[in-house]
Amino acid sequence: MSKHTLSVLVENKPGVLARITALFSRRGFNIDSLAVGTTEHPEISRITIVVNVIEALPLEQVTKQLNKLVNVLKIVELEPAAAIQRELVLVKVRADNETRSQIVEIVQLFRAKTVDVSPEAVTIEATGGADKLEAMLKMLEQFGIKELVQSGTIAIGRGSRSITDRSLRALDRSA
Amino acid sequence: MPMTEQASGAHHPQPRPRNGGHHATTVEHVTGAQSLIRSLEEVGADTVFGIPGGAILPAYDPLMDSTKVRHVLVRHEQGAGHAATGYAQATGKVGVCMATSGPGATNLVTPIADAHMDSVPLVAITGQVASKAIGTDAFQEADIVGITMPITKHNFLVTKAEDIPRTIAEAFHIASTGRPGPVLVDIAKDALQAKTTFSWPPSQDLPGYRPVTKPHAKQIREAAKLIVQAKRPVLYVGGGVMKANATAELKVLAELTGAPVTTTLMALGSFPDSHPLHVGMPGMHGAVTAVTALQRADLIVALGARFDDRVTGKLDSFAPYAKIVHADIDPAEIGKNRAADVPIVGDAREVIADLVQAVQAEHTEGNTGDYAAWWNDLSRWRDTYPLGYDLPENGQLSPQQVIQRIGQLAPEGTIYAAGVGQHQMWASHFIQYEQPATWLNSGGAGTMGYAVPAAMGAKAGMPDRTVWAIDGDGCFQMTNQELTTCALNNIPIKVAVINNGALGMVRQWQTLFYNQRYSNTVLHSGPDADGRQPSAGTRIPDFVKLSEAMGCHAIRCEDPADLDRVIAEANAINDRPVVVDFIVHEDAMVWPMVAAGTSNDEVMAARGVRPDFGDNEDD
Repeated sequence: MSKHTLSVLVENKPGVLARITALFSRRGFNIDSLAVGTTEHPEISRITIVVNVIEALPLEQVTKQLNKLVNVLKIVELEPAAAIQRELVLVKVRADNETRSQIVEIVQLFRAKTVDVSPEAVTIEATGGADKLEAMLKMLEQFGIKELVQSGTIAIGRGSRSITDRSLRALDRSA
Repeated sequence: MPMTEQASGAHHPQPRPRNGGHHATTVEHVTGAQSLIRSLEEVGADTVFGIPGGAILPAYDPLMDSTKVRHVLVRHEQGAGHAATGYAQATGKVGVCMATSGPGATNLVTPIADAHMDSVPLVAITGQVASKAIGTDAFQEADIVGITMPITKHNFLVTKAEDIPRTIAEAFHIASTGRPGPVLVDIAKDALQAKTTFSWPPSQDLPGYRPVTKPHAKQIREAAKLIVQAKRPVLYVGGGVMKANATAELKVLAELTGAPVTTTLMALGSFPDSHPLHVGMPGMHGAVTAVTALQRADLIVALGARFDDRVTGKLDSFAPYAKIVHADIDPAEIGKNRAADVPIVGDAREVIADLVQAVQAEHTEGNTGDYAAWWNDLSRWRDTYPLGYDLPENGQLSPQQVIQRIGQLAPEGTIYAAGVGQHQMWASHFIQYEQPATWLNSGGAGTMGYAVPAAMGAKAGMPDRTVWAIDGDGCFQMTNQELTTCALNNIPIKVAVINNGALGMVRQWQTLFYNQRYSNTVLHSGPDADGRQPSAGTRIPDFVKLSEAMGCHAIRCEDPADLDRVIAEANAINDRPVVVDFIVHEDAMVWPMVAAGTSNDEVMAARGVRPDFGDNEDD
């Protein structure tokens, strides 16, 4: 089993996300995380998909099938070494007068932020790679995690090149 | 009766600009519905199969006045979908079907899925409830775009009248280019009713749709090299060759290389059955020679074929010695089931034309393949294990003989449409296909009930050809109501009901794998029949009376002595549909056979007859 991060540029039209997620399930691929948002071009959305790939079903098959979707403009696999990957977590940790300072210390260690404080809890906002966030959550577990919400991974390639360049040109041509 | 101008008195620009033309476009003031019909006229849709209903009703009003688009009123939307598929497969053009929202649209699901599996260019137009009502569970509302997402090449929901021409143009473009397939256009009722303007051609906006048709030259040279180096090559030809109109190029390539050709169920007719290089159909019920040729090959050149499980049998033991050249217009097919040594993405016609040149270049350099030893083996297998059948001892009609005689007595250029089951396999075995687009069937989806409506569509598209539906009595009971459509719309098809009183293919599996326990496969009796005792049947339903009631000429044939006379009678009647109820032997089985889930090495030529390939003697 291996994890792969795909950046998928799609036309910003209704139903496109449904087409993509339906294709993953129909072809037997499991989506680990998913994040959708606009790009610098209003007609293009970017979907970042982390997919768990088992040996019997190579990733190539899912990218080829994705490419066949008419609304899909481009697919790029982002290699971990050549990309920046980030997730966002908001976590509500049980806290009292004794533990609050310990929690804040951990927050500082991980360069996270406390965004809300109440007598019984601290809410922390943290961004980072999956490993860092996992380590932080492990440290916070001892105090009691009351609520946790986590975004899908977003990722961008390192260096000056942009994956949207060529697709944007294609879109302009047809307009 | 003279046709009137469109109800609104809309102006028709003369001459009408065609798609891609450079004429200045004239703007017409129309309704969305008129815009839809004008768009269909402009894309060249001459026949639409459908049934009106509430949501699509606005479209049917201008349709009544169109002199270019013929609408055939079917009796069930499934019939409309298969008819459009039959039309498309026979003519090579895009088939069009139309239905209303909700149940009208969902009745199209089976033919859309069928067309998707067989890569048939189809445009399905459905009415949708008014855009404001979408999502409210309105009367006759169904999310047909959501439902058909995994079974269409693409689909659209149109809620604005001004989007109709562009969407129709895009739908036809997507359906007919690249790997063809069905496209559904769902149009909200208020979009059909709204006032809009119409001009043609609309600008298309498909930035994510760029099918690759031109093959890579390096891959072509690599493939040509393998072809001349191989000792035991096979050209494995699929439906893509037919869709790309590459049959002439295929013949040149085959004769240039001298390699054996096997054509899949979807490709019958793309290479003449009578050609000496043809070794038959591969697969579960393929010819022993074709199945074994693939198993023993050292090179398989797959052209527009997709290594379907019905061809490969148990995948990991399929063609163990073969290198694979896989050419397909759909990159996702390459490497999906079997890894390719030389992948080629491109249109089959361009691929084969380029391969011909590349092989010629190899020949010029003195590199020609020597397949003499291979042909020694192939010829021996072909002589020893031809397709054949035994006549029933009790003197009943043999289904294979019926189908064979229909093929032999039919006029040249006859188009055959089969249902799904034993009769389909026999029709693939015992009719000679010499021309492309003369064999229509439901290959990938295996849709029972395909034959009658598909034959109707083929005949509507090719009215000068004889069209025979080869159907089983199970299939026939699913879609025979379209015979009424045929009778009323001057679509005189001929239907052979191969009536063995049973769901024959399922019964065959029960015979072979379920200890002759015939659970629910006897069609002409109630639940008491165990199917073991031969039975003349109850004649419920009486297909002759049923067909006569639908306006057909109907004949029953039970005696082999009458066979030729009955077929001649059917061939002679062309003013209305003809149905022949052939009462055939119920225990006839389809051979050869590779049992499901087993290796193609285990092909059985007949029941209990394992072919002797001469390689067991040393054991």
